[in-house]
Amino acid sequence: MNRVLPLIVVALAILAFATLLLVAGPAAQIRSIDPPEGLAPYTAAELRGRNEYISLGCVYCHSQQPRSPEQAPDVLRGWGRPSTAADYVYDEPHLLGTMRTGPDLLNAGARLPSRAWQLTHLYQPRAIVPQSIMPAFPFLFEAKEQAAQGDVVVKVPARHRPEGKVIVARQEALDLVDYLLSLDRTYPAERTDLRDNGFMAQEEDS
Amino acid sequence: MNFTIGTLLAFSFAASLIAIAALIWAISTHQFRITESDARTVFGDEEGGKLDDPTSPHSDSHPSAVDPALSPEWRRLLIVMFVTATAWLVFGSIFGLIASLKLHLPDWLTGSAALTFGRMRTMHLNSVIYGFLSLGGVGAALWLVPTLFKTHLHKPRLAMLGAVIWNLAVFAGVIVIGAGWNDGLEWLEIPWQIDIFLAIGGACFAIPLLYTAAARRVNHIYVTGWYYLGGLVWFPVLFLLANLPGVHSGAQQATTNWWFAHNVLGLWLTPLGLGAAYYFIPKIIGKPIYSYRLSLLGFWALALFYSQVGMHHLIGGPVPTWVVSLSVVQSVMMVVPVVAVAINQHTLSLGNLWAWRESLPLRFVALGAILYTLASLQGSLEAVRAFNTVTHFTHYTVAHAHLGAYGFVALVLFGGIYYMLPRVTGRAWPMPWAISLHFWLVVAGFAVYFISLTIGGWLQGLAMLDATRDWLASMEVTLPYLAGRSLGGALMTLGHLVFAANLAVLFFGRTRRFEDDSDDVATPATATSTGA
Repeated sequence: MNRVLPLIVVALAILAFATLLLVAGPAAQIRSIDPPEGLAPYTAAELRGRNEYISLGCVYCHSQQPRSPEQAPDVLRGWGRPSTAADYVYDEPHLLGTMRTGPDLLNAGARLPSRAWQLTHLYQPRAIVPQSIMPAFPFLFEAKEQAAQGDVVVKVPARHRPEGKVIVARQEALDLVDYLLSLDRTYPAERTDLRDNGFMAQEEDS
Repeated sequence: MNFTIGTLLAFSFAASLIAIAALIWAISTHQFRITESDARTVFGDEEGGKLDDPTSPHSDSHPSAVDPALSPEWRRLLIVMFVTATAWLVFGSIFGLIASLKLHLPDWLTGSAALTFGRMRTMHLNSVIYGFLSLGGVGAALWLVPTLFKTHLHKPRLAMLGAVIWNLAVFAGVIVIGAGWNDGLEWLEIPWQIDIFLAIGGACFAIPLLYTAAARRVNHIYVTGWYYLGGLVWFPVLFLLANLPGVHSGAQQATTNWWFAHNVLGLWLTPLGLGAAYYFIPKIIGKPIYSYRLSLLGFWALALFYSQVGMHHLIGGPVPTWVVSLSVVQSVMMVVPVVAVAINQHTLSLGNLWAWRESLPLRFVALGAILYTLASLQGSLEAVRAFNTVTHFTHYTVAHAHLGAYGFVALVLFGGIYYMLPRVTGRAWPMPWAISLHFWLVVAGFAVYFISLTIGGWLQGLAMLDATRDWLASMEVTLPYLAGRSLGGALMTLGHLVFAANLAVLFFGRTRRFEDDSDDVATPATATSTGA
């Protein structure tokens, strides 16, 4: 340990080994798969909404990766079947998430398909779920004296909106809801080998 | 397919085991040319054997004398590093506190998108990781590497350019995250267009340190140097590969994301923290670490195992089973380097409890090193599938992340800065009581923070696994603990403000003036040894 160069070379070689295993290995398996038949690419509006989801940091409270029934009751909660790598072929960047301060959203569109519900919930979550700790996003909406033609008026209980005003969704809110409603992976799972089946294996062995 | 993948998994694990066995053999049969006396490198030309702490009245070190080896450019660089690191700490703490409060006061400050939880939390993370911890850690390296190599810092102006570029890039990154532009990946939120400047800034730090290493005047590279050199070559590779635009997508991108994110902790912040701890603990106490050869095992085992643990963030997720299992196994193997480091550092610090009473910087550093051990052992446990099933997706993980990044790295940096700045500025800390106040505020605050989130997260996980309870129960059960976390976070933030105030008075106060002629600070006895 008295020379700089060998130290650096070995250190880099170890990292290269890890990169081969953790980055190149999964990439070789995952990147070549075909999109599932039931999964459509995002539309332009959905992609704009997805960017809104990223921009507001929704991922820090909402995962998009239901676990298998052998591990956790995610299916029973209506979050959907365990997801596989094939469910994310159109996702860039990925939004798997690591927190469930809020529920999993991979099938939010299938579970909560009402546009009106989604808009009200984004404007003021506590108008629908009183104990919710989700942030309200009033800046995605406009409070107007009167709705103009073509405005999407959001149903908000009087106690949650400025007096005498109507709440109208801005384009950002409409896009975000488009994205949330697009979250639907209820088609049959494909490539179930490309997920962590470490919990199922235990069941089969025993 | 299963056969080849199973084989690959077995191969990678076997390769790691063989490497570690070879390492143990090499150490025990003296294949490395290191001896226990090399551990005394930290003492330089001095004997060691007595307390060395510029904040203690019972120490011989003279805080009023600037370290004679420091050239003016080098001094200015270190001051810029530590002052901007502290500024990022204050900003980052405020963002973090706001984010924490918003989790139990959801209708507070909802008027602007920049203030929403998802952005505040992300501005917090990027401020403290890339601002505070990276600048502070590299700042320590910019002082320790030349000091250990008995030379001066080469190319200090390039490093200063790096400090400016890095700060501007983090600033731009935090601002655009607040404005809603980010790359969408945890730990990689700063847009890649700005990351280019972080990479340039990082290179401006690495090149002077590599030049300095090449021009060293000692034969042996002390263990601190291994960690710093490792971190300096690892981070650029990680950062560049993970940020390549248009290359990664879908579930594959998730593996790259967590390969990067865990390696930022394991191969960047951990080396910065451990490198500093390996210097300051023996240096302040005046005695070498317990077993110098053991530190070799600690370093190489860290490199081998830590680099492969990232997929434990995707347990139960949509990535191949083998890669998750690999990371689970390597996470558990992390016990090896952690115990090696623990034996080395804690036997020394806990065997000299008098020094804990005597020296506040040591208290920070040695406590930080102990929390590294705890965070790492907890991390190994959390990677076990059964345990992870409870803690994944909960605040338990957030508590754990703070035990590592804050309890370990931040505390070590606090102690390091308290030790280094008197040497760099030639001034004693103007408010010694504030150091003690800082220590107790952040220790008490962090205890409240960690215990609250750990209990709350565990209950959250149990509730989420209980199919008979509505999901909402898993959120509601956390509320008192989230409020507890805000209380702890507020105390920590208060501690940081005390620290920043002490720093401000050090520079701008009237107590002990900065040398008027900062370009000519060498004391007569050592003027000739000034290299720059």
